[in-house]
Amino acid sequence: MQKLGKQTIKFDNPPTITSTASIVGPKESDGPLASYFDKCLDDEFWGEETWEKAESKIIKETVSLAINKSGISSQNIDYCFAGDLLNQCISSSFGLRELNIPFFGIFGACSTFVEGLSLGSVFIDGGAAQNVLCATSSHFCSAEKQFRFPLELGNQRPPTSQWTVTGSGAVVLSKSGNGPFITHITSGKIVDLGIKDANNMGAAMAPAAVDTLLTHFQDTGRAPSYYDLILTGDLGHIGKEITIDMMKTHGYNIKSNYNDCGVLIFDKATQDTHSGGSGCACCGTVFSGYVFQQLQQKKVQKVLLIATGALTNSTSAQQGETIPGIAHAVSIEL
Amino acid sequence: MDNFETAKQYQTYVDKKSPNSPIVKDCFNAFWVGGLICCIGQIILDICKAKGLSIDLSGTICSVVLIGLSALLTGLNLFNRIGKFAGAGSLIPITGFANSIVSPAMEYKSEGYVMGVGAKMFTVAGPVLVYGISTSILVGIIYFILM
Amino acid sequence: MSDFFSNIDWMQYLWCFIVGGVLCIIAQILIDKTKLTPARVLVLYVTVGAVLGGLGIYKYLVDFAGAGATVPLTGFGYNLSKGAIEAVKETGFIGAFTGGVKASAGGIAAAVFFGYIASLIAKPKIKKQ
Repeated sequence: MQKLGKQTIKFDNPPTITSTASIVGPKESDGPLASYFDKCLDDEFWGEETWEKAESKIIKETVSLAINKSGISSQNIDYCFAGDLLNQCISSSFGLRELNIPFFGIFGACSTFVEGLSLGSVFIDGGAAQNVLCATSSHFCSAEKQFRFPLELGNQRPPTSQWTVTGSGAVVLSKSGNGPFITHITSGKIVDLGIKDANNMGAAMAPAAVDTLLTHFQDTGRAPSYYDLILTGDLGHIGKEITIDMMKTHGYNIKSNYNDCGVLIFDKATQDTHSGGSGCACCGTVFSGYVFQQLQQKKVQKVLLIATGALTNSTSAQQGETIPGIAHAVSIEL
Repeated sequence: MDNFETAKQYQTYVDKKSPNSPIVKDCFNAFWVGGLICCIGQIILDICKAKGLSIDLSGTICSVVLIGLSALLTGLNLFNRIGKFAGAGSLIPITGFANSIVSPAMEYKSEGYVMGVGAKMFTVAGPVLVYGISTSILVGIIYFILM
Repeated sequence: MSDFFSNIDWMQYLWCFIVGGVLCIIAQILIDKTKLTPARVLVLYVTVGAVLGGLGIYKYLVDFAGAGATVPLTGFGYNLSKGAIEAVKETGFIGAFTGGVKASAGGIAAAVFFGYIASLIAKPKIKKQ
């Protein structure tokens, strides 16, 4: 592999995305992308006792689905990169504890999905692995409980707030295959423009997305029009607008081929999700379900996926800290 | 980022970009739901008075009944819908206080009956008791000094 | 019962509705405009109620609006202060510590007890809408 500019890696032998899998919760099953997901749950507990156990089960089942679809036996998968939003990434480590695959627990908040794809690709192109598994999960209820309020508290959500996606997305990457290929990764810096409002994550993360986008175009020499689809992870409606605006001031017009997973996954008009979806699973499920099928059907050929994360927790929010953002990009091409 | 020189500039821009809460609608709903809950309280008070109970006892019964209703609605997973619609209209009456105790009790049951239900019950309402009781003690002490 | 209905003071209900509603509007504006969390607004209300109760001001609102003033959380604060002052009158200094909670014991105990019962029976559910 080869380093382009400051933050981008170009792969000599681009890893293939062999298979993907996605499982989503009840709300996502009512959304416009429902038909693209492998499994739609109608019970947010999925028969478990707690939200946390339900989330672990979701990631566990998604991962085994992805492995099954890949046709690769799990003994031949060399590494697993997984992460989620709960403290110390318990959903991933509890859900995958019986997987028997060397495991890297990773945290990049909602950017974890692309962080996993990036690290997995480097492992493969570097020769350390033949097959790598990447997975993330999030759950509306466990996230509300950890970051906000009890579910039954009668509060109002401000219009800038976002709805954590319940679900999980998993991907198997392989050294050899027929694509789609991960050709480049651009790893983001932490960017903090001082937003403190935990109910406006899109605004907190948008500057990081813009920074990574600009860097990607500089490092690769590509223009936004090179891609059929530029897709951010979970900026939501407000973050999307901000990103378009900020890119414009830098001389890039991305309006025509740019979208956001958090905007796509819910119908704003009927689902009352305010600024859109968020969470690790937002980017994970939309890519593993919707985008991957679009790639397979060759409806899109070149995709730039930028997962965005808000690197905050409830303690830092209580202590009045600002919300640092991060964004990682992968370039996926047929 | 170079096009926003300061965090303040970005904040101003974000504030402009972000939709505001629909404050007129919110206030209207808060007004009539809040007023209605108070009137239900008044009905309870009047019934107690008609039965010849003292004002203090009537007040206590009124609180207990409203708290019981709020707990029931919370347990039936209905209070959050009312709260979403009415905002402060169901928060500010004693129903909101009850909901803020019942909802974490239900949520944290998964962490056990002692450190889950027992301890976390007060995550939202605890401060209300701390500040309410402390203020009343200060009031009492000041009254004692001035008396 | 017909006796009860014929004795209803409709003006009392009107003021109860308006005062209770306006107290909620003020809180709604605080939540929407200042990003104060609901927990902070509750704390603010109980404290303001206790202080106004201590100053003897809130009593007038209670006389005027009845449950419109006692049901909102400011009324809870007022009740705490009222209890503390009355107990100081009766038992002296120690009354400051016993009076408030004694006066509000019913409400606090009910909330705790019903909360516990609800946790035994009910389960939180996702907000589908």
